[in-house]
Amino acid sequence: MTSPLPDHMQPTRSFQGLILTLHNYWAEQGCVILQPYDMEVGAGTFHPATTLRSLGPKLWKAAYVQPSRRPKDGRYGENPNRLQHYYQYQVIMKPSPANLQELYLGSLRAIGLDPLVHDIRFVEDDWESPTLGAWGLGWECWCDGMEVSQFTYFQQVCGIECAPVSGELTYGLERLAMYVQGVDNVYDLNFNGLEGDEKVTYGEVFLQAEQEYSRHNFEHANTTTLLRHFEDAEAECEALLKAGSPKEGDNRPMHKMVLPAYDQCIKASHAFNLLDARGVISVTERQSYILRVRNLARQCGEAFLLTEAGGANLKSESV
Amino acid sequence: MPDLLLELRSEEIPARMQRKAAGDLKKLVTDGLVEAGLTYEAAGDYWTPRRLTLDIRGLNARSKDVHEDRKGPSVNAPEQAIAGFLRSAGLSDISEAHVHTDPKKGDFYVAHLTKPGRAAEDIIAELLPSIIREFPWPKSMRWGAASSKPGSLRWVRPLQSILCTFGPETEEPVVVDFEIDGLRAGNVTYGHRFLSDGKPITVRRFDDYVAKLEKAKVVLDADRRKEMILSDAHNIAFASGLELVEDEGLLEEVSGLVEWPVVLMGEFEEEFLAIPPEVIRLTIKTNQKCFVTRRHGEADRLSNNFILVSNIEATDGGREIAYGNGKVVRARLSDALYFWHTDQHDLPDMHTLAAAGIKFDLDLKKPLDQRMARLDALNVTFHAKLGTQGERVTRIRALARDIAPLIGADPTLAMRAAVLAKADLTTEIVGEFPELQGGMGRKYALLQKEHLSVAAAIEEHYKPQGPADFVPSDPVSVAVALADKLDTLVGFWAIDEKPTGSKDPFALRRAALGVIRLLLSSDRKFELLPVFEAAFAQLREDSIEQRLEQFEERQAAQQTGDVDGEEDVINAISGFEKRVRDQVSARARPVLLDLLGFFHERLKVHLRDLGARHDLIDAVLTEGADNLLLIARRVEALVVFLNTEDGKNLLAGTKRAANILSAEEKKGTVVTETVDPALFSLDEERHLHAAVNQAESQAAQAIQKEDFSGAMVALSALREPVDSFFEKVLVNDENPDIRANRLALLSRIRTATNTVADFSKIVG
Repeated sequence: MTSPLPDHMQPTRSFQGLILTLHNYWAEQGCVILQPYDMEVGAGTFHPATTLRSLGPKLWKAAYVQPSRRPKDGRYGENPNRLQHYYQYQVIMKPSPANLQELYLGSLRAIGLDPLVHDIRFVEDDWESPTLGAWGLGWECWCDGMEVSQFTYFQQVCGIECAPVSGELTYGLERLAMYVQGVDNVYDLNFNGLEGDEKVTYGEVFLQAEQEYSRHNFEHANTTTLLRHFEDAEAECEALLKAGSPKEGDNRPMHKMVLPAYDQCIKASHAFNLLDARGVISVTERQSYILRVRNLARQCGEAFLLTEAGGANLKSESV
Repeated sequence: MPDLLLELRSEEIPARMQRKAAGDLKKLVTDGLVEAGLTYEAAGDYWTPRRLTLDIRGLNARSKDVHEDRKGPSVNAPEQAIAGFLRSAGLSDISEAHVHTDPKKGDFYVAHLTKPGRAAEDIIAELLPSIIREFPWPKSMRWGAASSKPGSLRWVRPLQSILCTFGPETEEPVVVDFEIDGLRAGNVTYGHRFLSDGKPITVRRFDDYVAKLEKAKVVLDADRRKEMILSDAHNIAFASGLELVEDEGLLEEVSGLVEWPVVLMGEFEEEFLAIPPEVIRLTIKTNQKCFVTRRHGEADRLSNNFILVSNIEATDGGREIAYGNGKVVRARLSDALYFWHTDQHDLPDMHTLAAAGIKFDLDLKKPLDQRMARLDALNVTFHAKLGTQGERVTRIRALARDIAPLIGADPTLAMRAAVLAKADLTTEIVGEFPELQGGMGRKYALLQKEHLSVAAAIEEHYKPQGPADFVPSDPVSVAVALADKLDTLVGFWAIDEKPTGSKDPFALRRAALGVIRLLLSSDRKFELLPVFEAAFAQLREDSIEQRLEQFEERQAAQQTGDVDGEEDVINAISGFEKRVRDQVSARARPVLLDLLGFFHERLKVHLRDLGARHDLIDAVLTEGADNLLLIARRVEALVVFLNTEDGKNLLAGTKRAANILSAEEKKGTVVTETVDPALFSLDEERHLHAAVNQAESQAAQAIQKEDFSGAMVALSALREPVDSFFEKVLVNDENPDIRANRLALLSRIRTATNTVADFSKIVG
């Protein structure tokens, strides 16, 4: 494949080149290329384009970058591999195509990983998100012993059986970039692919943020406020779900406010992650917080099935 | 005779499931074929990460015809009955039936039915879809467009193709035609994901299948892959002056991750060798599935080279792969090194630890003490009904103090060891590798200069973990090991969570065996029941406190604002406390005796595993016997005694006496309570009487001194008098008084031998 990209945009030279290559590759496969969801989430799966769109019968193919926040993983910028904010590249295809593994391997080739030089392996890893009430079977994809992606066939999301099943790919972009650029410290990644004065590193973009957010996550986040945020978001989610729910006498029982309600579920989840990082949640409480978020996700998922995008119209038309 | 070849090719099957799945496939298919009336000569099962393969040889081409005679009604039966018979037998006219004659019933119809045999192909085509649909995967999934409908095919990962050929060696085999969810069986497979040209491979039978796969870089036989990996790994290590640290579990797993194993060596920096070797080994094994090595002649210390198994013959000879794996191993080891250092430093949340520090008398300047304080402060539940880990440590400490003097351990050291025994559960390394619990605690204890016995006990208190595990001998280790296990056993008995059948979720059988092995290998006098009671008392304190808290809360809620009621509350509480205490102690005894019975059962199993006869154990075991060491010694002495001439004869004599007595007792013959020497008429009677009295008192004295061989020697003096008695004396004397007296003498033999063992329970 001849590449139209200039040198500094090659996936092996720049972080953004890696992202652009993946965008091009998955766009070629017919995915909708979306932008990150504009809220704090723990993983790309939380984006409604995955959580909600993996429900219901409608076809769906999407790819996007999602900044992901894991407050507990902050290391004040001192660990070369661990970040409290990092990028996931997320691909979702519903139903899962028969050649999804081949498509995935094609994406690795596109970013310069030749499977005749690198040892690519599919190693059992069953995925589960207790807060989203979601699980699936699949693998960690290894490149020379390093986990570079997660590959999952969703079986259940928001506590609802997936019909049909979606295939989900998640690439850890920093890790992948470190590998293809041959860099041992994430902060040394070349972000823009240029050299000399014009070179911008990952550290120049994000090191200060890692330091500041680590202080916030571990030392200063106000736990009383966070606790209130959790409760508020929970209440708001339920209120919105109630307000948007089908009214008696509607000839089609459609839900009218799922997406705003789901935003509140995301908020509650992030507040919980911060509280967890602050160490104020005991082992026994932990479980009950997770159940509360899962309960919101379940209600949002059920409501989503009563919307256009959830296929509510498709179903009634086919009757 | 024809052969059957079946291959189910899928996306990557988890390594841990492959061997069993291939075995299940073989069993399900061969059982199904046999049930359908076919026989086969041999069956072999194979697997790789991407396929399960079954090779069945010498199958019949058809199942045999089955003949059956079905009796019908009499020839004179009404038309309705005959019509019913025709329907049920599947005949169209009564002329197709035969007439049989019976002398009693007369003439009646019989249908001679033949169920024709079926072609094996048809049987296979019918059998396989249901086996594939109902395959017993531990976890299975749906996928693709078909999953939008309920009831779609489930497999461990998406099933991609089915190859199924059938035919004799001399002919071109045929494809057995069947279809599941759009997948149609064929004669095509594919080779290695990366190393083959990716073109379809047409297969005839097993032999060309294996050869063609091998050419397409797939080694079908997992055991051969294992041999290849092992021998290449040894060679590559040897070439660098190293030894491979073998690991069968890892080898099995790795062989399930590759179709074409290529062994390579990687490297990490020597500075990581500062991490304890088992942490390095587990880090590299668990996270990276690589083997570690050591220099020739080193016992524990590892080398900084590891061995990895890749799935490709890389175009650069594996340089990138080894380099990449090295990078990941390095990152993992730097995490491990970080954990190892973090565990030796102060915790960040010191302010939350003060209360626990006082409770357990901790020195909060020391890292491991801080970890124990955190374990308590975190309120981690051990079991909903048995409280937190902190509460459990409190109980174990008290029990270890009680046990220490019985074992010859210093109680202060035992208490210190008990307090630190679980502290490593909150260390980073044990959080990462739970199997290192105890071992890491010992290392950290040594680093903070704990007494050597305390450090050893932290590791050894978990031991022994099974019939073959190491039994600690340091008294401090033994005291804490016993306290830990007995707290667990008494606790679970108290909340009625005993093992049943094959279910033993809390490993209580193993805990009891641990106690048994600890007690049998020490030579201390150790009675279990008082220690059970001490353990129970600890639980009781806890449960009373809990119940009291609930009670106080209830009372307080009712009495809010009622100042005068305060005294009532205090009275009520003390009354409640007393009631709870009485209830608990009244309930304790039967529970603890039941636990002792459980110990007897486990002891029997253990001694039997060591080769002791079951009947001999029964013969010495009495209800309430709670000194396991004495029971075991008594069995030993009995074994020795019964191997002597005296022992065998005495056993025979005693049994003879017992038989006569039981026969007479059945007849209702009077046996006097005591022996009256005045009624003796023969010397043998007198001798036996004297011998019995002497043997009994000597045996009892010896037993008092726990000298079981002495007791046996005392009994052996009985042999000669018993033999002469039976030789010379007629028990059934005409004079009923003499007879009753002689029977009484026989029963004295029984009571005398009973001081040592119940001879009636001994076989032979």
